[in-house]
Amino acid sequence: MKKVFGRPHSLKTSVFHYCPGCGHSIAHRITCEVIDELNIRGITIGVPPAGCAVLAYFYFDVDMIEAPHGRGPAMATGIKRVLPDRVVFSYQGDGDLTAIGIAESFHAANRGENITVIFINNAVYGMTGGQLAPTTMLGQKTTTSPLGRNASLDGYPVKLSELLVPLPGTTYIERCAVNSPANILKAKKAIKKAFQCQMEGNGFSLVEILSPCPTNWKMSAVDSCKWIDEVMTKVFPLGVIKDTPAAGKKTGKTEKEENAG
Amino acid sequence: MNKVLMQGNNVIAEAAIRAGCRFYAGYPITPQNELCEYMAEHIRKVEGGVFIQSESEIAAINMVAGASAAGVRAMTSSSSPGISLKQEGISSMAACELPGVIVNIMRGGPGLGNIRPSQGDYFQATRGGGHGDYRVIVLAPATCQELADLTMDAFDLADNYRTPAMILADGMMGQMMEPVVFKEPKRRQYPERYMLKGAGEGKSRFIKGLILDQSDMEEHNWKLDRKYQVIMKNETRFEVYRAEDAELMIVAYGTAARIAKGAVKRLGDSNLKVGLFRPITLWPYPSSELREFSRKIKNFIVFEMSTGQMLEDVRLALQGFADIDFYGRPGGVVPTPAELANVIIHRYKKSSKKKELC
Repeated sequence: MKKVFGRPHSLKTSVFHYCPGCGHSIAHRITCEVIDELNIRGITIGVPPAGCAVLAYFYFDVDMIEAPHGRGPAMATGIKRVLPDRVVFSYQGDGDLTAIGIAESFHAANRGENITVIFINNAVYGMTGGQLAPTTMLGQKTTTSPLGRNASLDGYPVKLSELLVPLPGTTYIERCAVNSPANILKAKKAIKKAFQCQMEGNGFSLVEILSPCPTNWKMSAVDSCKWIDEVMTKVFPLGVIKDTPAAGKKTGKTEKEENAG
Repeated sequence: MNKVLMQGNNVIAEAAIRAGCRFYAGYPITPQNELCEYMAEHIRKVEGGVFIQSESEIAAINMVAGASAAGVRAMTSSSSPGISLKQEGISSMAACELPGVIVNIMRGGPGLGNIRPSQGDYFQATRGGGHGDYRVIVLAPATCQELADLTMDAFDLADNYRTPAMILADGMMGQMMEPVVFKEPKRRQYPERYMLKGAGEGKSRFIKGLILDQSDMEEHNWKLDRKYQVIMKNETRFEVYRAEDAELMIVAYGTAARIAKGAVKRLGDSNLKVGLFRPITLWPYPSSELREFSRKIKNFIVFEMSTGQMLEDVRLALQGFADIDFYGRPGGVVPTPAELANVIIHRYKKSSKKKELC
């Protein structure tokens, strides 16, 4: 009989610790499917964040090293510069990438580091129990914005993907969601494209994934998926944000060769 | 190898490259800028050499952690305020057992302080520095020759014990020029199994410091501690000068020890019997070696370019078996050997008087 569906080889058999309805497990799975399809399991090195996905190494069957909170892009930079022929990705949440680690994200992007960032945006700090994130919606209630996010006190939702567009070092940026089968397929395609972009030496690629967090949104899983469509995508519209593969094209030279001119 | 005349900061960079350092990330801060600049010019000339001027000290240490995990010798450098920023990454490297070399060319503090030579970061360096239960190997050079030798040794120690090692010097050491002979570095012996290079056809691995189960975390702490006990047993280094018939002993490290040596030399013609004990490793501290001297010598003066930090280690080492006096010049002041010699003469007389009274 023809096998039409199975567990990706690069996804371990451990049971996810994520809450019911969480988008992390979907994002993990489609990333692993991409790793399988590109046949890069053996040359991939992942950098999980601090946050809900801190235990990603229990799920991804690729080499991984944990980074302190927000430092994923810096750590990925160190790895990729030493091992330029490996596929290096960091997997980060909104607090990790757009708050404490925004300097590392911005500058890795600006250097055009040939790495891929998988950016999970769930508009909230998940692991610590639902506090305000830079990506929290205006009016959204969190444990640290109990009356709803107030722009004059808490600022506005940070649109990091758009912020990275003007940087010449960034080549492929897309915002996706994992709230419906169609969106999940699109997200997988985007991740594949981002990895391919890296494998071709095009420079910094990032896939932002709007991801449900029913526990901290205090909604059912179904309502969470709806909320992404009805609320989140109004501020964070889905689609390709930047696709200029040639822009940051790496020469493929070593630093020694570059140095010699 | 011929003698070359080089500035301290450049010596460290050159010694690192010779020792096989192939990754450097750093952020400019005075008085260590020349180290960063030398790396920018020279490390990329070597096959596989990588230089990154990072966006911050925090990014630099995490890049170093990544490069170290990927299997190369990696280094970062900074001065006091920048080292504070690196502590998160140093703690993480200690937890993940990643080797790496951190250079601190100390300046006056706290806060932004100033850019003059100082020794105010002793506590930070020798007590781990960041959060959690860990130590960092700390080497304190006192000459440019030692900057070269100890930098090479720092890479070996970091590899051998899979832990971060620090060169703790100050602006004086970083800025001075002296003739140096670079020794032949040892061959790197660092097993492939500790490197993260992609799983290939094999089993994937992960490097982590997060251990949620408390009994596992406790075991990890004890495991690190067992390693630190071995380091304490095997790696203490110190120098003694004119200790044979000394009645009073100065304890000082780094630049302060150089000044102290000058002062002791000056007193050589007098009838005062003064010696010098210079710890070269600040962690592990040569406590028992120092204590040994308290059998004969009952008066010690700790001299530091701070308000008294190593002083605590000397107290711990001597355990009340001798009198300890302290002389400090914090804030970026560098006293002359003549000034220190006067202090020694004054205190020497005081202590002999005390003896007579007894």
